Amino acid sequence: MPALARREDVGPAIRVRLAGFVRTLRDNGFQVGLAESGDALRILSAGAFARPPLAKAALRSLLCGRRSDWDAFDALFDAFWTGRRVKTRVATDGAAQTSQRTMRTLATQSGGDPAGLPIDVERNNASTDTDPEPAGRREGASRYESLSRVDFRRLADPDAMAQAHALAARLARRMRVRLTRRDRVARRGRRIDLRRTIRASLGTGGTPLVLVRRRPRHKPLRVVVLLDASGSMSLYTAVFLRFVHGVLDCFTEAEAFLFHTRLVHVSDALREKDTARALDRLGLMAEGVGGGTRIGESLATFNRWHAVRVIHSRTCVMILSDGYDTGPPERLASEMAALRRRCRRIVWLNPLIGWDGYEPSARGMAAALPYVDLFAPAHTLESLAALEPYLARL
Amino acid sequence: MLDRQAIADRLAGVGYVADAALATVLMLMDMLQRPLLLEGPAGVGKTEVAKALAAIHEARLIRLQCHEGLDRANSLYEWNYQRQLLAIKAREGRDADDTEAHVFSEQYLLERPLLAAIRQTVPPVLLIDEIDRADEEFEAFLLEVLSDFQVSIPELGTVTATAIPRVVLTSNGTRELSDALRRRCLYHALDFPEPDREARILLMRIPGIDAALAMQIARLMQEVRKQELSNVPGVAETLDWAAALVGLGVSRIDADRAVVHETLACVLKTREDHARISREVTDRLIGKVA
Repeated sequence: MPALARREDVGPAIRVRLAGFVRTLRDNGFQVGLAESGDALRILSAGAFARPPLAKAALRSLLCGRRSDWDAFDALFDAFWTGRRVKTRVATDGAAQTSQRTMRTLATQSGGDPAGLPIDVERNNASTDTDPEPAGRREGASRYESLSRVDFRRLADPDAMAQAHALAARLARRMRVRLTRRDRVARRGRRIDLRRTIRASLGTGGTPLVLVRRRPRHKPLRVVVLLDASGSMSLYTAVFLRFVHGVLDCFTEAEAFLFHTRLVHVSDALREKDTARALDRLGLMAEGVGGGTRIGESLATFNRWHAVRVIHSRTCVMILSDGYDTGPPERLASEMAALRRRCRRIVWLNPLIGWDGYEPSARGMAAALPYVDLFAPAHTLESLAALEPYLARL
Repeated sequence: MLDRQAIADRLAGVGYVADAALATVLMLMDMLQRPLLLEGPAGVGKTEVAKALAAIHEARLIRLQCHEGLDRANSLYEWNYQRQLLAIKAREGRDADDTEAHVFSEQYLLERPLLAAIRQTVPPVLLIDEIDRADEEFEAFLLEVLSDFQVSIPELGTVTATAIPRVVLTSNGTRELSDALRRRCLYHALDFPEPDREARILLMRIPGIDAALAMQIARLMQEVRKQELSNVPGVAETLDWAAALVGLGVSRIDADRAVVHETLACVLKTREDHARISREVTDRLIGKVA
């Protein structure tokens, strides 16, 4: 970054470069406004930050807004300013990569940083990636990440979408009715708001005729969906994705995560009203969908980085998975135990239960079962609908 | 405006060992006049940053501890209703306008942290602690105060800041903060200090501690934090523990393992953690660092 070395060099060229950098950050989910761009320019033009490492530290503080930004920033900064072109978005683990690597090595290097952040790197034409797993397998987990991009747009069948939304809306209504009733009981401990009461008493000459009361606000039930999008689930992913889209649309508070060998936070992408665009965005985020499964590790990522934020005491966690895990079952069990301590209910919907003679014999499933409140079949929208009374009781 | 090195030196002078990134961001605070958002697990010293910042600028530290249900009345200002009612009773029969002007005067105004922070003559450090515990509505209100630094009190008029405070917000990440607030603030993620820095903290804070012992303690704490505890001990616990060891006359942690194990139990705050760090585990960890 020699251009940053001298103050007089901060001219049009660096402005353009900085604008490009800010755009890259925005593409990666950073919230950067105009005021921040202006301040970034001030930082670059200040003599104190002439050396690149200092400029990096300063820009990181200015442009990052959350921990995930903070962890991803160094890699993005290096990628942008040290010459590597930034073109295609590829979901990788957040570990900082400084050398030129093929997409393949980037994508298979999992287990380092847990957040599973999308980082922009150049798509290297030399990498000859082939999907190591045939599509549409029904059983068994695979250790490999699939690099093929699933075209989620074909899921945007309007009829199916409408059905899924109708179901989610029905569920949301049922769960809310239950909540309101609970809330009334909690209102016994209400107290008088002195400030408002006295304000209201001004009209009656200082005699407090109207008592203004306060009551505890109720927290609506929050639903957090963890959707297994691995190869073994590929037959059902479409159904569940529509359902999850509906859930995000209908519940006041809902979050969705997709996992296979990594965990990806997909709420923002799926919240897009326009279904086609939502699925398009999801397609970008979910590179590797249809590959292997590491449930335990994905749950660990969730517990470590997302749980404090998205789970409160009135949260129901819904895991949609067949329980085929390539990781050690002890890991899954301990993470399930940790999750159990945090949230109110865990629902595990397993598409395989629908099969004749199914026993939850997969090691992972058996390990997770003690921590699950409701273990139920779900492979089609109809079977999800059949769950309505159970879910409403949670 | 102080430069990075000067800030780092002064922080060291008041007993806070900062790394380069933190010194940089503290310098940016002054340069860009933005609030600083500190995020990190409990016990990494987020609040200490604000205290040290106040100390190096010789400014007053005004602290607003956030909690659920925090509102304008608790954070900005409130009228002293009880006294107002008394005054109204006492002045019964006098001119009503006069009474009103009297009870809505400065005398009956209870200053809360946010109002206090903008009415100082010397810029204070305003610490808004655990902002994630406050409600979203409060966050929006705070954003407004932080961008305008003026407050309108209907009965008194608009109060404009006489000094722009240095604002430090801390968050444990129990709730997602709004994008607007995050964008407005400078961001710094604080983590547990690496052993080298923690040892320097011990040397600075514990009088009479041996440098070798400080390093051993810092490295052992790093191992302890790796043990997947339900309640990870913070820097304050390290300080307590080091003080305990020094007080008991321990000079090397591998010399007196029984005492180390017993005192190490002081930094573990739950039953499960106690069970997890058994005598054998302690011995193994000591073996690793000694």
